[in-house]
Amino acid sequence: MQNLTTMYLGMKLRNPLVVSPSPLCTSVDNIRRMEDAGAAAVVLHSLFEEQLRQESNHLNENLLQGTDAFAESLSYFPDLSEYRLGPDNYLELIRRAKETVDIPIIGSLNGVSEGGWTEYARLMEEAGADAIELNEYFLPTSPDMSDGQVQAIYEDLVRSVKANVAIPVAVKIAPFFTALPYAAKRLADAGADALVLFNRFYQPDFDLDALEVKPDAVLSGSSTLRLRLRWVAILYGNVPVDLAITGGVHTHEDVIKAMMAGAQVAMMTSALLRNGIGHLTRVRDDLIRWMGEREYDSIEMMQGSMSQRSVPDPAAFERANYMRVITSYTPGG
Amino acid sequence: MERPRTTLDGNEAVAKVAYMVNDVAAIYPITPSSPMGEWMDQWAAEGQKNLWGCVPHVVEMQSEAGAAATAHGALQTGSLTTTFTASQGLLLMIPNMFKIAGELTPTVFHVTARTVAAHALSIFGDHGDVMAVRSTGFGLLASNSVQEAHDLALIAHAATLEARVPFVHFFDGFRTSHEVNKIEELVEDDMHALIDEELVRAHRARAMTPDRPVLRGTAQNPDVYFQARETVNPYYDACPGVVQKTMDRFAQVVGRSYHLFDYVGAPDAERIVILMGSGAETAEETVDYLVKQGEMVGVVKVRLYRPFSVAHFVQALPATVRAIGVLDRTKEPGALGEPLYQDVVTALSEAAAEGTAPFKTAPKVVGGRYGLSSKEFTPAMVKGVFDELAKADPKNRFTIGIVDDVTHTSIAYDPAFSTEDPEAVRAIFFGLGADGTVGANKNSIKIIGEDTPNNAQGYFVYDSRKSGSMTTSHLRFGPRPIRSTYLIERANFVACHQFSFMEKVDVLKCAEKGAVFLLNSIYSPDEVWDHLPRTAQRHIIEKKLRFFVIDGYEVAKQAGMGGRINTVMQTCFFAISGVLPRADAIESIKMAIKKTYGKRGESVVKKNWAAVDMAVDHMHEVTVPGEVTSSFDLRPPVAAEAPEFVKNVTGKILAGDGDLLPVSALPDDGTFPTATTQWEKRNISLEIPAWDPDVCIQCGKCVLVCPHGVIRAKVYDVALLEEAPATFKSAVPKWKQFKDLRYTLQVAPEDCTGCTLCVQVCPAKNKQEVRLKAINMVDQAPLREPEVVNWDFFLGLPEVDRNALSLGMVKDVQLLRPLFEFSGACAGCGETPYVKLVSQLFGDRALVANATGCSSIYGGNLPTTPWAVDADGRGPTWSNSLFEDNAEFGLGMRVTLDKQAEYARALVLQLEGVLGGELAHVLLTADQTTEAGILEQRKRVAELKARLQGQSGFEARELLSIADVLVKKSVWIMGGDGWAYDIGYGGLDHVLASGRNVNILVLDTEVYSNTGGQCSKATPRGAVAKFAAAGKPTGKKDLGLMAMTYGTAYVAKVAMGANDMHTVKALREAEAYDGPSLVIAYSHCIAHGYNLAMGMDQQKAAVQSGHWPLFRFDPRLAAEGKNPFQLDSKAPSIPLKEYIYNETRYKMLALSAPDVAEALLHGAEADVRERWRLYEYLASMPAEGDVVAAAAEAVHAE
Repeated sequence: MQNLTTMYLGMKLRNPLVVSPSPLCTSVDNIRRMEDAGAAAVVLHSLFEEQLRQESNHLNENLLQGTDAFAESLSYFPDLSEYRLGPDNYLELIRRAKETVDIPIIGSLNGVSEGGWTEYARLMEEAGADAIELNEYFLPTSPDMSDGQVQAIYEDLVRSVKANVAIPVAVKIAPFFTALPYAAKRLADAGADALVLFNRFYQPDFDLDALEVKPDAVLSGSSTLRLRLRWVAILYGNVPVDLAITGGVHTHEDVIKAMMAGAQVAMMTSALLRNGIGHLTRVRDDLIRWMGEREYDSIEMMQGSMSQRSVPDPAAFERANYMRVITSYTPGG
Repeated sequence: MERPRTTLDGNEAVAKVAYMVNDVAAIYPITPSSPMGEWMDQWAAEGQKNLWGCVPHVVEMQSEAGAAATAHGALQTGSLTTTFTASQGLLLMIPNMFKIAGELTPTVFHVTARTVAAHALSIFGDHGDVMAVRSTGFGLLASNSVQEAHDLALIAHAATLEARVPFVHFFDGFRTSHEVNKIEELVEDDMHALIDEELVRAHRARAMTPDRPVLRGTAQNPDVYFQARETVNPYYDACPGVVQKTMDRFAQVVGRSYHLFDYVGAPDAERIVILMGSGAETAEETVDYLVKQGEMVGVVKVRLYRPFSVAHFVQALPATVRAIGVLDRTKEPGALGEPLYQDVVTALSEAAAEGTAPFKTAPKVVGGRYGLSSKEFTPAMVKGVFDELAKADPKNRFTIGIVDDVTHTSIAYDPAFSTEDPEAVRAIFFGLGADGTVGANKNSIKIIGEDTPNNAQGYFVYDSRKSGSMTTSHLRFGPRPIRSTYLIERANFVACHQFSFMEKVDVLKCAEKGAVFLLNSIYSPDEVWDHLPRTAQRHIIEKKLRFFVIDGYEVAKQAGMGGRINTVMQTCFFAISGVLPRADAIESIKMAIKKTYGKRGESVVKKNWAAVDMAVDHMHEVTVPGEVTSSFDLRPPVAAEAPEFVKNVTGKILAGDGDLLPVSALPDDGTFPTATTQWEKRNISLEIPAWDPDVCIQCGKCVLVCPHGVIRAKVYDVALLEEAPATFKSAVPKWKQFKDLRYTLQVAPEDCTGCTLCVQVCPAKNKQEVRLKAINMVDQAPLREPEVVNWDFFLGLPEVDRNALSLGMVKDVQLLRPLFEFSGACAGCGETPYVKLVSQLFGDRALVANATGCSSIYGGNLPTTPWAVDADGRGPTWSNSLFEDNAEFGLGMRVTLDKQAEYARALVLQLEGVLGGELAHVLLTADQTTEAGILEQRKRVAELKARLQGQSGFEARELLSIADVLVKKSVWIMGGDGWAYDIGYGGLDHVLASGRNVNILVLDTEVYSNTGGQCSKATPRGAVAKFAAAGKPTGKKDLGLMAMTYGTAYVAKVAMGANDMHTVKALREAEAYDGPSLVIAYSHCIAHGYNLAMGMDQQKAAVQSGHWPLFRFDPRLAAEGKNPFQLDSKAPSIPLKEYIYNETRYKMLALSAPDVAEALLHGAEADVRERWRLYEYLASMPAEGDVVAAAAEAVHAE
């Protein structure tokens, strides 16, 4: 029997299949099904900074709208005794998930300002989260903001969250760094225990009939994986953090590629949204079968085996690779 | 015993007692009593326990009649039961009140005494309603202040159990129900001490139960009814004694002493006044003042008015009294005097006859009326009454507080007389409805009332409009108890929170010498002086005011508060009024903010705190120049060219001087001219839409959705542009038949409320910059003057010939002049676009019966009316009867029209010889199904009238008086869902069944909007509303489906935002149908809790989610053998939650009780599925014609 275990964020996981944040992670029932289907850990859906603030402000504005202006209708709603605003529901989910399943539960925070975030991370820890995934979703749009300033925002946030929790902190980043390995090293220096590659910014589309920019969540395909494979392969062994791949992991082969590039875990979202939670079982079983056929005893054995430092031609991950792809392209082929 | 000191209003003070001492409350919303029921419902939803450890059941009914009947049933079966109501609501309870009292049933109905609608509706306070229930057998117990309302609520509940006489406990609507005051709160031990458990059990023992069966509610005959009716006498004889005993017990336990008649004043008073309600507080304050001046005056405060105890009454009167003024806050036309006066006269006469009167010489007694509909009742007026009583022959049946120049009932008084406490802080705040001023002031009262030993009082005056409204807060603080139940006339602090008020209102009129004036100003301390009107400058200089400014909007913006400047201005008030040390005040404000907003999230609290911290640094004292320098003054309230009535009456009301209008200025039967909103230029929006002719596709959607009728379109001869103002815009019309003319889309710059619905709905985008549309919001200020000129020019352009238009097309409808314009509805209202559309399509021939509610308020609340007239002077004629009877009211109109038409047609036949056979024939056979047909008939009727002129025969004169009825008329019965689904449903159902040609438009907001968002049967499952604080557990009633079952009524369900063409089509089909029609229109509403700019998008989502399927049911199709039911929207295409969770009414439940919300969501989703399945089935049913055809085919095949 193959040994599927892997170490991630100091935790020994039963296999490298981790469920990435998605709406599926909002119910304890689903989390239990994920455990049953073979998930080794679950990263909960993200607690969005803007969403929390907006929810609170909107509720207040809407409850106040039109009040104390007309004698017959001085208000329009009963003032209920409590609202579960802020992280209350989220923390409750962590607590209930921890009571229900044995696999690690990783809380996810999405935002960029220091403000209340460090506090939310601490509350997640208190609620029982085994680790925190910090999703640094930040899109610099001002021409006056330098790469250094952006980098500083990322690092400061990691430092302040780390200062508030004892549990490990993974940092999920976007690929858009001028010097990704350097950025990765700085985040590691700031205290990140793992880097999760990469955040998939949902790219808006244009609606040509309505002349509107429309948010459009496109699920990933296996081709999404390529970018991650390259960068994990490059970072592996060069930065003292665990690496995780998220985006483009759909099949057992994708998982194997992720491991070979150097990832500790392979995270899945789109595949589960498309195929259901049971898909995890198929991937795990296929993984076991493949390892058996190819005589891999353990996941550890393959981890990093095709990283940049392990392949015969390191340039394969660099520009030479690009040249080769272009020259081999045949139109209409 | 330690009792908390609390600042609250009269409604909450009463509800706190009622909640504790009842098992059941049967309720129905009506202003100003609704908050009592709302408190009960909220506390019950929170699981609070009553005196017996139970959570009372709070049941909302379909009407006050229903509430009274439910109370009756609950009482009969042994529950301690209460209800809350006012005005027409109390009148609807009368039949049951006779029953409840006749059966000697202990209960208390708490009533916020309110004017009964007569020549007009009024939501304000007087005793017209409680006086109308004198004969029911209920006891009438009056409270005069917030503290008394709290105390007497308990006394009433305790006394009724022993007396077995039910009570109406009343206190003045608004003046007491809505006044915030500091009171000592009763605790549970007090209530236990007063409520006798044995009597509670005795009440239960009398209950109906099959275990001890009895029979009540028999029918009796002449032989015994009379005697049986007299059996109750001992209870009524004993009742006053029981009430006094309970008051004494209360005094023992709590320390506050009450009597059936409380006398205050000089022990040897010669002149006294007798009255009840809040006016008695002002009378007491005046008497205290005058007695200190050495005057021998006094006041009797009547508490137990029914049963009236002559013995207790005469005991309260000083023997020295020579003249008595009895003051009634009600009017009984035709009576010898108002009720209290008559009772006093009778009591004194009986006492004199029996020798129990204390006087040596019988005093002179006169009666007078005061304070109707919350008319101010001031110490000056009380003094005026005393002065009148000092005369040898005081006027009887007088009025005080008005000038009656018709029947000369009014007596004079000196308005300069004042009894205000010089040590009290008297502060007036002028705020904008939306800026939070009132809320902040309520917090200030709490802070001062609860954090300092001071007494505190707050009273708030609101606007009659729902958008851009002005609020005035009157706050008093001081070491002595505050009995001043009248508005502040001499303020030592005045704040104006909205700069634009300075040019409209004389805000400093009420400032006393040396007062502090705080102004929210976008102008700096150096600039502001030049922007003040001369009147304001004069006040500031002459009264030596200290003048401070702050740019509250800038501070609020920086703090992320948007337009809510409340905490900024509140902090400044504390900083300069000196009521509290500044640091303490800021600490208290922050605590209050945390308490008020804490549960809505940290972010909200932080924003408010930031505003507090920034406020004081941005406030500056202005160095006041020595001279009036301004080049302008207060703007006139209406334009100079307005009609005389509008200038002399409406204009006075608009200027805030309505109190000064004499009786002769007002119509004697409540009849007012229409089309008056056009004269009131409110200028309430900082931004207005601007038209881009190059981008515009002329679809007319913006014109259609504009709730306020401020966007208009015309096509006109190009030559007319020669006279056009320089900035007047035009474009080539995108109609084939008009291509040689010009098209203009024009905005009324001073009438727009800035709701932005027009921009949201505009489908045309600028190809160079897609954020811009064909209509875009821009700053109003720079456009105001030029666009006023453009608007006037536009109005002067000729109206488009209706015959040239296809009225089924939205694009063409935009060219019809709206005969409903500039209403005071909420900015972005979802109802008014439908109302306006009806006025465009049928206004020139419409009679409107309007149920009480939002539409009767924005349609008929003084000072101005939005119903307008066309160039020929035709337009909708409008009336409001009641809330519950609107369908019947409209039916009555139809019956008249039908009867008169029948008579007119008969007369035409009789006069055929005089009129000429041809004219008579065409008049009687004219096709009036088209606009052209109606126009032709109008011409014929004009001809008919011309021929009848000068004819002296009886028939000719008769026909002349009703000839107009030969032209088609259109009866529109309008109202909200509270009327159509609940209180008026019985009538609506009957009218639908009548077969008569009426058109019923239900403006369905799914909630009682006008009274502040109470649940109706139109409220959907899962929505939170008042009286459904835990989310409505049951589904929305399908009114359309119920109406369809008759098969003879046209029924349609429409949503303009989802399909505007469908709305136009349904309204036209409804009007064309010669029978009853019902159109149910989805109306987005402020009570749904989202930005109303998105209203039309939400309408679309409502349809897409399947919550609001569009359909038409047309009996004419059935007559043709076709399926009458046409499902006009597609199957649900978005999840229900994608629609509902945009709205706070649903979202707040998800945030508050997620599990409950989820369960209700599932239920609502099932509702959608089930309804869709049923509608699809109905739409696909073979029609009778199909069945016959199929049968024929089958026979043929054989």
